Amino acid sequence: MDMLGEETIVYERPATLTDLSSHYCPGCTHGIAHRLAAEVLDEMNFRERTIGVASVGCSVFAYNYFNFDFVQAPHGRAPAMATGVKRVLPDRIVFTYQGDGDLASIGMGEIVAAAARGENITVIFINNANYGMTGGQMAPTTLPGQVTTSSPTGRDIEVAGFPIRVSEMLSSLDGAAYVVRRSLHDPKNIRLAKKAIRAAFEVQARGLGFSMVELLSTCPTNWGMTPVDAIHWLETKMLPYYPVGDYKVGPAVAEIKI
Amino acid sequence: MAKELLKGNVAIAEAAVRYGLEAYFGYPITPQTEMLEYLSKRMPELGRVFVQAESELGAVNMVYGAACTGARVMTSSSSPGISLMMEGLSYIAGTELPAVLVDVMRGGPGLGNIAPSQQDYNQITHGGGHGDYYPIVLAPASIQEAIDYIGLAFDLSEKYRSLAVLLIDGSLGQMMEPAELPEMQPVRAAYPHWAARGATGRGRIVHTSIYLNPIEQEKTNFRILSRWREVQANEVRFKEYYLDDAEYAIIAFGTAGRVALSAVRAARAAGIKVGLLRPITLAPFPGNAVRELAKRVQSLLVVEMNNGQMVDDVLANIHDQTPVEFYGRPGGNVPLADEILAEIERIVKGKLTLNGHPRDRWLDRMLTKS
Ligand SMILES: Cc1ncc(C[n+]2csc(CCOP(=O)(O)OP(=O)(O)O)c2C)c(N)n1
Ligand code: SF4
Repeated sequence: MDMLGEETIVYERPATLTDLSSHYCPGCTHGIAHRLAAEVLDEMNFRERTIGVASVGCSVFAYNYFNFDFVQAPHGRAPAMATGVKRVLPDRIVFTYQGDGDLASIGMGEIVAAAARGENITVIFINNANYGMTGGQMAPTTLPGQVTTSSPTGRDIEVAGFPIRVSEMLSSLDGAAYVVRRSLHDPKNIRLAKKAIRAAFEVQARGLGFSMVELLSTCPTNWGMTPVDAIHWLETKMLPYYPVGDYKVGPAVAEIKI
Repeated sequence: MAKELLKGNVAIAEAAVRYGLEAYFGYPITPQTEMLEYLSKRMPELGRVFVQAESELGAVNMVYGAACTGARVMTSSSSPGISLMMEGLSYIAGTELPAVLVDVMRGGPGLGNIAPSQQDYNQITHGGGHGDYYPIVLAPASIQEAIDYIGLAFDLSEKYRSLAVLLIDGSLGQMMEPAELPEMQPVRAAYPHWAARGATGRGRIVHTSIYLNPIEQEKTNFRILSRWREVQANEVRFKEYYLDDAEYAIIAFGTAGRVALSAVRAARAAGIKVGLLRPITLAPFPGNAVRELAKRVQSLLVVEMNNGQMVDDVLANIHDQTPVEFYGRPGGNVPLADEILAEIERIVKGKLTLNGHPRDRWLDRMLTKS
């Protein structure tokens, strides 16, 4: 039975992730987003230079999984808190990790102001079309007609208005250097998402201004779906409304070769 | 250093700079704005951090972030802006970080007006944000004291990993008087062991205020309270005037205390044995000093520029052993020394009572007067 030669490691935990099993639900793409950020920070050798800012949402405990300095912000205020850290420590890498309720509802003021200032921070923005942590209520990103626990007959645009396309909106700000949307629904898109996260941190490391990667994500638990159905729903329902793409790539950013 | 003619807000800002302020975040609001304007020029000149935030929510959370790095950090605002900051202040307290806040109080509630007031006493000294936390609150009565106490605020806040608030009213922020600034001190070179500045050659540092396990949260509550007991034991500060032989005493802080001192002097000139106790730390409150004083005098008069907030702390400390009267001017009004003198004379002549609440008697008098 000596069919196996010497072992070669082809896949392992990035050094900047801690050796813990996460509290995220099975099939939730928060875990993928964490891993991508960690792989990029490993590749860039940034562990000792990075300070993360966790937000309020399912990822509130992100700091348990990343093996570097972390602070935890009030709901929606992560971009302001990151501003405080980054301004005092301009040579460190500072990023926020925020959900769509956090960033696009209660924290809309802070994210717009940070982007407009050209704050030299990176934002990883998880768009899962609902409030995960509080049990699946309607978020600013909830699709028209989407059933949630606070839009039980489907989001009624007459009453609840329309979803916000955050990347498109922030891309109109001159302070934003790099704003893109990616999706976590299949390996190809996951690879593209990683590349975008790398680009975003490169933008910050070069001091080029505000960078954000929006990641279309699943919340199988609150969507009431299996992980596989959730991936399918993301692809068929969310992607058409929230197209992946590069919404802002500043001229200096376009020259970065990764 | 020689005395200079200084405006309150500017003096506090420059004093903070000289005491090693590394980062300031603020938002315009009268009667505090000169601090923001002054620091917008001064901080960049020195290569230090200044950001005009998008709101007081932004400002206080920038303070929160900067405080996590161990930097000497401050914000300033006035009553409505302070209300907006309460969420962040509670988080800073829950994370056990030092930070300094200057509240230049104005009239209210609501948008109110921009005239001097002491309306935020309860909000600042008894919480404001959610949860069990206790900021250190300093109440200067002159620009010189404001200069000195902003330095003290930084030292105490860092010593106890606590919020420290310089609580002044609009008149102290806006007026000019001669005062002496401290020498320029260097910005700190070493940072505390808990400062999150990047995990260079060490394990990670995390700053958070979430403890999902109630037992862990309770331990944190006990830790914060234990630290507060140390503050109470070691940091109570107050000033006494003419109290040695006093038969009557006024208790008043800040500008109300300053005006009360003029009234005390006038009363002394008329032969009335009255003195003044002026709390410097509103929190920790000088409860023991108040209690001892109450034993020695026939009556206490509490004077405030609000509807009677500190008076409840006075009453809570003296346990009904001494009659207390209250005189207040809310809404952005500063009492005249003559008004306080008239109160002293009324108390000396009148019948003293332990019945009812002094605030009720005062309101009845005010309503019949107008
Ligand atoms: C000021 C405040 N309001 C409300 C809450 C309750 N709350 C906690 S998480 C959350 C929603 C988070 O949703 P999202 O940002 O979409 O992140 P997800 O959980 O989906 O990852 C809310 C409303 C809070 N913690 N603080
Ligand atoms: S509730 Fe949704 S977003 Fe939160 S961990 Fe579970 S699947 Fe993920």
